Amino acid sequence: MALKHKSIPDVATVKEELLKKYPTKVARKRAKQIVINDVKDGDVVPEVQANVRTTPGIITMRGCTYAGCKGVILGPTRDIVNITHGPIGCGFYSWLTRRNQTKAPLESSENFMPYAFSTDMQDEDIIFGGEKKLIAAIQEAYDTFHPKAIAIFATCPVGLIGDDIHAVARKMKEKLGINIFAFSCEGYKGVSQSAGHHIANNQIFTHVVGEDDTPKLGEYKINMLGEYNIGGDAFELERVLEKCGITLVSTFSGNSTYEHFATAHQADLNAVMCHRSINYVAEMMETKYGIPWIKVNFIGAESSAKSLRKIAQYFGDKKLIDRVEEVIAEEMPAVHAALEDVKPFTEGKTAMLFVGGSRAHHYQDLFTEMGMKTIAAGYEFAHRDDYEGRKVMPTIKVDADSRNIEEIEVAPDSTRFVPRKSDEDLKRLAEEGFTFKDYEGMMPQMESNTLVIDDLNQYEADKLIELLKPDVFCAGIKEKFSVQKMGVPMKQLHSYDYGGPYAGFKGAVNFYTEIKRLVTSKVWSDLKAPWEENPELSATYVWE
Amino acid sequence: MLLRHTPTEIKERSALNINPAKTCQPIGAMYAGLGIKGCLPHSHGSQGCCAYHRSTLTRHYKEPVSAATSSFTEGASVFGGQANLLQAIENIFSVYEPEIIAVHTTCLSETIGDDLNQIVDKAVKEGKVPAGKQVIFASTPSYVGSHVTGFSNMVKGMVKCLAVASGKKNGKVNIIPGWVEPADMEEIKRIAGMIGVSFTMFPDTSGVLNGPLTGEYHMFPDAGTPAEDIRAAGDAIGTLALGEWCSADAARTLDAQCKVPCRVLDLPIGLKATDRFIDALRTVAGTSVPDTVNFERGQLIDVISDYHQYFFGKKVALVGDPDQLIALTEFLLTLDMQPVHVVTGTPGKKFEARIRELCAGKGFDVNVRAAGDMFLLHQWIKNEPVDLIMGNTYCKYIARDEDIPHVRFGFPIMDRVGHQYFPVTGYKGGIRLMEKILGVLLDRADRDAPEEKFELVY
Ligand code: SF4
Ligand code: SF4
Repeated sequence: MALKHKSIPDVATVKEELLKKYPTKVARKRAKQIVINDVKDGDVVPEVQANVRTTPGIITMRGCTYAGCKGVILGPTRDIVNITHGPIGCGFYSWLTRRNQTKAPLESSENFMPYAFSTDMQDEDIIFGGEKKLIAAIQEAYDTFHPKAIAIFATCPVGLIGDDIHAVARKMKEKLGINIFAFSCEGYKGVSQSAGHHIANNQIFTHVVGEDDTPKLGEYKINMLGEYNIGGDAFELERVLEKCGITLVSTFSGNSTYEHFATAHQADLNAVMCHRSINYVAEMMETKYGIPWIKVNFIGAESSAKSLRKIAQYFGDKKLIDRVEEVIAEEMPAVHAALEDVKPFTEGKTAMLFVGGSRAHHYQDLFTEMGMKTIAAGYEFAHRDDYEGRKVMPTIKVDADSRNIEEIEVAPDSTRFVPRKSDEDLKRLAEEGFTFKDYEGMMPQMESNTLVIDDLNQYEADKLIELLKPDVFCAGIKEKFSVQKMGVPMKQLHSYDYGGPYAGFKGAVNFYTEIKRLVTSKVWSDLKAPWEENPELSATYVWE
Repeated sequence: MLLRHTPTEIKERSALNINPAKTCQPIGAMYAGLGIKGCLPHSHGSQGCCAYHRSTLTRHYKEPVSAATSSFTEGASVFGGQANLLQAIENIFSVYEPEIIAVHTTCLSETIGDDLNQIVDKAVKEGKVPAGKQVIFASTPSYVGSHVTGFSNMVKGMVKCLAVASGKKNGKVNIIPGWVEPADMEEIKRIAGMIGVSFTMFPDTSGVLNGPLTGEYHMFPDAGTPAEDIRAAGDAIGTLALGEWCSADAARTLDAQCKVPCRVLDLPIGLKATDRFIDALRTVAGTSVPDTVNFERGQLIDVISDYHQYFFGKKVALVGDPDQLIALTEFLLTLDMQPVHVVTGTPGKKFEARIRELCAGKGFDVNVRAAGDMFLLHQWIKNEPVDLIMGNTYCKYIARDEDIPHVRFGFPIMDRVGHQYFPVTGYKGGIRLMEKILGVLLDRADRDAPEEKFELVY
């Protein structure tokens, strides 16, 4: 039985309501970031303002550059000692709270992820400079752990007092003979975590990628970019790829190691999951090493199948194409069974998604599979192209906040550049409708008359829920409990609290079941006590 | 082994903190601010700090934690954050309509030297603070002290910005409860009520960070200490400050500012500290202690005697915040347990002296370190194993690797529930603490007992 989607109050009214309370200047700015989706010709959508500063005083969902750099990109790599240079807080908060899982193969293999390293700067370091302390900290880390690489992350005060972390890194690299590199990812740079991803990727690309030419064996070698192994997502992808006979050279950066990054240049294809956090690495790898890239999405069973087929089509080998079909055929029955089980409960329900930089898009596929509609969505730190599609990139104006993020110049590597496909192959693939370096963006895939909101804040979240009463709201931990107080089930999507994975086929099944749990949970119908439901007593009752 | 790289051999480190046993000032200031009625804490700095502090408090309390930020970008960092804060104050009052904003600095705004006093003054002069509403502030640079210091500074900020002496005493006693859980604030109020003291407690997060689920969300729950009450704290007859690290500064400031005499006591965790608290209360109130209190005390003593054999001689490793650890150490000693390793991340030689003094002559040597970290604690445990670890959630990595029972205590506790609802202060709290300790020790005994020794009764 196909239920009709719940009728939604007029989105224009909702938008007006959201803006009503703001001072004029704030309202004017937010009006450009709150957009009513309107898809024409399949992919023409309205312009949305994104990647602009958050207004002071507004309770934003965003984090900072450091969080994007240390937390998101480098966090999931197990064998690099990540030292936060700064006062204790930043290092403390990024300690294991975003559950990137990692599986070191042996008891003796390196795994520094459960550790938090910080220089714990004190006021004398702020006054006289912290370089001496940083040098000592690197030495102590080396003496205690003998890691193969050490990374240094700058926090806000470090940038202000002008510690030259890169010079320190160079000096210590020379002294200790291991790779040491630094990230100028002070929290105030840029307008969101996104700047931190960029800084992280640039440095990894400069200091690590291509460092190791030990040949990587495998017939179909790919890198997975923009997958961070939250709750074991990457484990599921590793399982599926291996089953298909595809060799995963590296994942940037879930369940990753230094060696994975260092040999990444040997892959023959880059498959990009989270476009926002890493598209530029794909670009740079193409320029420098000749590796083409495609956008994939492994959130959702159908999407996973589609992405596998796309990879197979790229290699164009019958053996691989057949194998991928076999794997899909093997995996799908469990998915369909699960869908059959959950659909009666989920069909026709609505969801809101306000997460990260690609998840707000990708997770819509899972909801669609369950017959649910995403009625409002937005990113914490996207740029316009993440919403409107990659084609708008040339038209995006670079503002001052983005200009201070270093762009690195890349040229073809004199020995390692190898074009992976001949011109004919590329032409043939294009004729088959195969697209390289493309990203459709969230809006063309969302229905018209839904709301797209960039950098949602707490006030707007509350209003949205009040007006549109979604059946599920997805966001992060900061949002979780105010949503629940309003009687709406909330799914955290930045870490899964023993719940994952949600990627791939098994992940899809997990997610369906989880959403079924949420929308059928009894607790939401128990919010009012009997005497609150019916407070007026019409007569006095006595014991009989 | 999750912490597979932690060596048994201990080398002194001067620069590298590994697995911190503390965090930074603003989060404490944020928590304290939430204990004022209708208060929106505001973080003056870049938005990342605020996001981190909110996330951590949210994970600990499983409750919404609202706080605004000045959202500094590069420009503000160079030119100063005044414009951002003025704009923030205006936006906050019009969008969220709090009664009061509690601003704290971050290392960023501290390093550039923003003067909160002057900026808030300017906001008032420019009419950005609506009539009857206020903005209070505290300076909380993260490169000094720890989250405990930040809490203390904000409580002091409440006194500095709000308390006034009208010249007429109001007969009340101020109770500054220190950094304890909402449940503990509730318990402290209950105990004071039983003794019959007329009091004002600030801050008070009970009802704010352990509120009900009703289908409605109120950013400002009907709870917390009203700002007027803190203002009137200047007219109180005296102040009881619980905890040298988290409450004493505020109490002494109030004394200097409004001539309200104060006494600093330990947090009322465990038998003796609770005894001292109640004794102080009855002295200020001039009442005798009611039987209900004696009854609760007797219950606690009863559990100690019933289960003494399981406490006796057990070695414990402790990590957490100074005020909590001092009271807890004393309690464990009361149970004849042996707190052999005690680490706090917060600096302060006084802490080490106090712990040593408590443990002196008890028949074991105590390792104690202020400004230590959990890596050191783990190394100590490797060198001298313990029967129990008490500390925050991060201890579970050590506990699992070393196969040692772990009772969650302190901040943050991200993987268990209960701390927001059940107190550890007062006699009832003491019973709860013992129940938790016994639970893990006896589970352990059950698990390890050979079949023929497996006991049904204890
Ligand atoms: S920058 Fe400072 S205030 Fe912010 S999280 Fe880091 S230590 Fe804390
Ligand atoms: S998927 Fe989302 S949460 Fe993950 S890195 Fe991308 S933007 Fe961030």
